[in-house]
Amino acid sequence: MSQTVFAPWDDPTQKPLIQFKGVTKRFGDFTAIDNLSLDIFEQEFFALLGPSGCGKTTMMRMLAGFETPTSGTILLSGQDIAPVPPNKRAVNMMFQSYALFPHLSVWDNIAFGLRRGNSSKDEIAQRVEEMLRLTRLEKFSKRKPHQISGGQRQRVALARSLAKAPKLLLLDEPLGALDAKLRQDTQFELMDIQEKTGTTFVIVTHDQEEAMTVASRVAVMDEGRLIQVATPPEIYEAPATVYVADFIGDVNILEGKAHQAGDKVEIAWADGELPIRGTTARTFAPGQTCHFAIRPEKVTISTERPDSANVLRGKVIDIAYLGNLSTYHVRLGNGTMMKAQTANTRRLANRGITWEDDVWLSFTDTAGVLLEH
Amino acid sequence: MNPRRIFLIAVPYLWLLALFLVPFLIVLKISLSDIALARPPYAPQLDLSAGWNGLRSFFAALDLENFVFLTTDDLYWKAYLSSLQIAAVSTVITLLVGYPMAYGMARAAAEWRPTLLMLVVLPFWTSFLIRVYAWMGILSGEGVLNQFLLWTGLISAPLTILNTNLAVYIGIVYTYLPFMILPIYAALEKMDDSLLEAAEDLGCSRTTAFWLVTVPLSKAGIIAGCFLVFIPAIGEFVIPSLLGGSGTLMIGKVLWEEFFSNRDWPVASAVAIILLLILIIPIVLFQRNEQKQREAEG
Repeated sequence: MSQTVFAPWDDPTQKPLIQFKGVTKRFGDFTAIDNLSLDIFEQEFFALLGPSGCGKTTMMRMLAGFETPTSGTILLSGQDIAPVPPNKRAVNMMFQSYALFPHLSVWDNIAFGLRRGNSSKDEIAQRVEEMLRLTRLEKFSKRKPHQISGGQRQRVALARSLAKAPKLLLLDEPLGALDAKLRQDTQFELMDIQEKTGTTFVIVTHDQEEAMTVASRVAVMDEGRLIQVATPPEIYEAPATVYVADFIGDVNILEGKAHQAGDKVEIAWADGELPIRGTTARTFAPGQTCHFAIRPEKVTISTERPDSANVLRGKVIDIAYLGNLSTYHVRLGNGTMMKAQTANTRRLANRGITWEDDVWLSFTDTAGVLLEH
Repeated sequence: MNPRRIFLIAVPYLWLLALFLVPFLIVLKISLSDIALARPPYAPQLDLSAGWNGLRSFFAALDLENFVFLTTDDLYWKAYLSSLQIAAVSTVITLLVGYPMAYGMARAAAEWRPTLLMLVVLPFWTSFLIRVYAWMGILSGEGVLNQFLLWTGLISAPLTILNTNLAVYIGIVYTYLPFMILPIYAALEKMDDSLLEAAEDLGCSRTTAFWLVTVPLSKAGIIAGCFLVFIPAIGEFVIPSLLGGSGTLMIGKVLWEEFFSNRDWPVASAVAIILLLILIIPIVLFQRNEQKQREAEG
């Protein structure tokens, strides 16, 4: 079975749908976006991820036309969009607050954008029905926004923003107002709708799990800059910096001095402890300070000393029980805390390790990543 | 029902009974009486000491004569119509002046809004009567406005504004403006700005977004404001008598003259009863608007 992998960003012949070229946006003294360049391709589900105030919303508002860049250009299908007002852009936005018109029914909300165009009544009706079907809202078309649930409102907002078949759909924290369970379902629904319609989606979120789930590529932002743009597995397995490693998921970071031999590195990280052995494609100067990042689930915890490239000894201080998983917080000999995660394959009562136990932590020499900063 | 709840409900009911229903019944009774050269200037008087017969002769003496009289003299229905017209025109002008002000306030920076709100309410700190007198000073022939216009050279002879219907309109619009601004401001201030962005995003220009989103969403405020101006303006008496001229016909003025110049309390009461009946319609409509609004928000 062969399947073509969707990766237009690796294909130099592909033309991006959106191009940010050296875009800077300042509000007074505050620089929201700092000389940023980015390509987003057609049919991508692109996630802008970062803490609040990192500039992700500003980027989205520039795409929608509510903000103009202070310098630099944004191209949509090769055309500079700076002079195009929001009502003339082939871009639609789904607002964080949904911004449904409270005085209009679900049907009229969805038809609102279509009525601004030149479509005939029948065409509008047909398109609205289609959108209602796509978002499974047929039953609620007569209701007003305050008469439906939060999840339904979210779908109306989506239907309304998709109705005009935009080239690009912007989603500003689209699932923020939903509870965890509904959010998960809706994430899959969003992916499904994105695939069905073939629209390019750009989603802004501060929820790394959401970005990982839905996106084809994730851009991690901080203080108006892009830190890393990559597919979710790459972001998780090969973060570019400590910031990315720390922002996405859980991680243990150990700082030390690198001593490289080929692709193998030994990191002297604490007196009286064996150096950590890792593998890297980067080159570190002898004695250069480096950070070793390893995910808790790649650290094995055991009561017997295992045979592994890296073995550390410590004491269990805390156990976070998550149902399917348990995270052990282990204090190493020099006081450093390290997290190890295991799947709870056995019932809780049969768990071999408990508080205050002396344990061994181990991981292979390819489990972690070495980062410069 | 427990006694506590009965007590809680009884207090406002007794209040309304004492301050609204009883005075209303007294006015109704006077409107059914005949004018008399006596003190009080109407007959019959209820004489409870005469017992059952006294009560019977009292009710026998009441009739609808005064209401019939109102239909014979065209002054009255002309005054009612003229009042309705002046009130309606004033309401429209107040809306046209008040809406932009409320809109400007709602769009002003958040730290400015309390100040602006206070400025709107500020005139209430002075007596209404003094403010209307002030307008006499502004609008009269030698008034501030005419002197200013003469000084600028825009006019060569003073304009006659005072004692015309124009002065009445100015007075009513000025007096009732806060009642228009406040409910509209309350409606506009609640509005989420992202709704306008959404409308623009979906292809509206700023102007269409205003008509399709802002205006419908402030509809309840507009309706409330219009009633709050229209209802008291119909019965307005001080403004037409101080700023209006002999040509200004308003029912409030007629009523005052019947009471104090003619000392015909029964006819004056009949005028008041009819005015009340006319006002009941907009008041009921206003209540329904408020209730609908509450339901929409609840």
